[in-house]
Amino acid sequence: MTADASRGDALTSTDPGTGRAGAEDGRAGVTSVDRQSNAPVADGGLAVAAAGPFGVSGIDRREASDPRTASTGGAGPTGPSAGAPRRRLVDRRWFRVAGGALLPLVLLVAWQLASTSGAVPVSMLPSPEMVWTAGVDLAERGLLGLYIAISTQRVFVGFAVGAALGLVVGAVVGLSKLGDILLSPTLGAIRAVPSLAWVPLLILWLKIGEESKVVLIAIGAFFPVYTIVAAALRHVDRQLLEAGRAFGLRGVRLLSVVQLPAAVPSVVSALRLALAQSWLFLVAAELIASSMGLGFLLVDSGNNGRIDRIFLAIILLAVLGKLTDAVVGLFERWAVRKWA
Amino acid sequence: MPATPTSTSAAALPVEFRGVGRAFPTAAGARPVLRDVDLVVEAGEILAILGPSGCGKSTLLRIAGGLDRPTSGRVTIAGSPVADYDARSAIGFQEPRLLPWRTVAQNVALGLPRGTTRAAGRAHVARLLELVGLAEFAEHRPREISGGMAQRTSLARALARSPHVLLLDEPFGALDALTRLRMQDLLLEIHAAEPTTVLLVTHDVDEALQLADRIVVLGTQPSADASADGPAAEDATPGAGIRQTVVVPGTRPRDRGSAELAELRGRLLDGLGIDRHGAARGIQSTSTIPAFPY
Ligand SMILES: Nc1ncnc2c1ncn2[C@@H]1O[C@H](COP(=O)(O)OP(=O)(O)O)[C@@H](O)[C@H]1O
Ligand SMILES: [Mg+2]
Repeated sequence: MTADASRGDALTSTDPGTGRAGAEDGRAGVTSVDRQSNAPVADGGLAVAAAGPFGVSGIDRREASDPRTASTGGAGPTGPSAGAPRRRLVDRRWFRVAGGALLPLVLLVAWQLASTSGAVPVSMLPSPEMVWTAGVDLAERGLLGLYIAISTQRVFVGFAVGAALGLVVGAVVGLSKLGDILLSPTLGAIRAVPSLAWVPLLILWLKIGEESKVVLIAIGAFFPVYTIVAAALRHVDRQLLEAGRAFGLRGVRLLSVVQLPAAVPSVVSALRLALAQSWLFLVAAELIASSMGLGFLLVDSGNNGRIDRIFLAIILLAVLGKLTDAVVGLFERWAVRKWA
Repeated sequence: MPATPTSTSAAALPVEFRGVGRAFPTAAGARPVLRDVDLVVEAGEILAILGPSGCGKSTLLRIAGGLDRPTSGRVTIAGSPVADYDARSAIGFQEPRLLPWRTVAQNVALGLPRGTTRAAGRAHVARLLELVGLAEFAEHRPREISGGMAQRTSLARALARSPHVLLLDEPFGALDALTRLRMQDLLLEIHAAEPTTVLLVTHDVDEALQLADRIVVLGTQPSADASADGPAAEDATPGAGIRQTVVVPGTRPRDRGSAELAELRGRLLDGLGIDRHGAARGIQSTSTIPAFPY
């Protein structure tokens, strides 16, 4: 492309006078060539006679099939075989892990100091030990495991349902103009509704059972996936699409060979975003109407003044959210390496 | 080294352009890019299409491959109209357009005709990669190879089709000078082993002279009233047409240093509106060998 452009500049930058002169010569050229084409062989013979040492034999054919020499002209490194450069400290794995753990440790120490020094009353800031004890206490009563399990289950079920629907609807809207026209205005309006606005309605319709929470989480997971997937499929590189079509791909095969793979990195980051959103919506659901789960633990402890349990629930939410996100993050790295 | 036939060869088919025009709609109305292109490409011929950048070379090629439709006129392959994304032709795009998530070999395999068995396909791809000098890079991803290698992969993908008509849009544009010469020879070897009709877009006069049976120069026609000098005549862009047709003398592979080709080269450059510095302009070109300082 660039070569074309630069050549093009060279070709078009001649002044009008020269261009016109060239055009006239061109017309003159046609006639003389026509004359020539009647007897091209004699001229060709002359040309061969004048070939000299720079003839065809001057080019070594065998070299052409040697990939090493053929590749030397190319720009940039030619693969992983190039010697690995020395990695900087910030690229080392242990440094990343240690660096990431630094701030939590500092916070823990600061927390410990603040709560035990008496600077802040324990009713406002329980010590880490009190939170730990509260956790052990809940675990011994079998509640901690139950709450974590039920919350995680809600997140996963809601996420799975919402993400699956998001993928399907996103694909429809992203791939079909008609789907886009029919669906995207309505979905855009639904997306604009704040999550908490659904809660009273869901409780009325689905009571305080599991369904109401799962549906709310599914709503939360649906929209990031729908939005990102639709956009990714709509914006698949037109040149790649055309290349696929030119080589005979249509319909489902075009979808599976070009469109879906091209969208994979976006889809994975959409899933990651949707999972984070699912945890947000989980707490929204459990805060308002539940008898189990980490959100319930928060409300219940708030009502009973158990600030140690509030801290416990918040820390658990942070850890669980980060863990699930890390798992999807690994998957994302793999997907990007494989598909991008 | 003679080229090995790369597959059950498909018969070369003729391509015919009849009054082909293409205009693109713009805010200021339709802008003609091509106008009245009449051209018959013989079966098995290598036809080079020369022209300045933006004159519609790629557009003409896309129309021949059924990737675009003319706004007027028609194009036929072997007498029947070109279908959308016509299966009889294969195109090597100006850009490599490789799928980044596939390996080089998998990208080439994309070009295989449908119904190729897995084993036959793999063997064919391996042979093509050998041919374009990329056998060692079969398992590399497009981002791990250079631009020139990507372009060769793209060429191999088009060859994998064993097409009746091979459409190549500046296939060697991104290659360094040496690789470019090798690839030109390679194309000739493949063509000799498996004669297909080739439409080759290039901006390189020497490449056209080296490869083609015939060269067509695209460009805007000089305005009918030659007296209309000045900006008005320049502004009018009625669309490019065939400005010059040159039958390249001699048989391939041609001597790259031939003085006769040099003379023809000068005339083609003239046709493209390039001052050939040192050529005495105004003097009629002759078919005798002049002493150009090339
Ligand atoms: N899809 C398109 N829409 C509008 N204009 C186009 C389109 N494709 C090409 N053109 C225009 O047509 C002209 C010729 O383009 P192209 O065939 O790519 O030129 P070339 O290959 O000779 O450099 C250019 O001016 C370009 O802007
Ligand atoms: Mg072009």
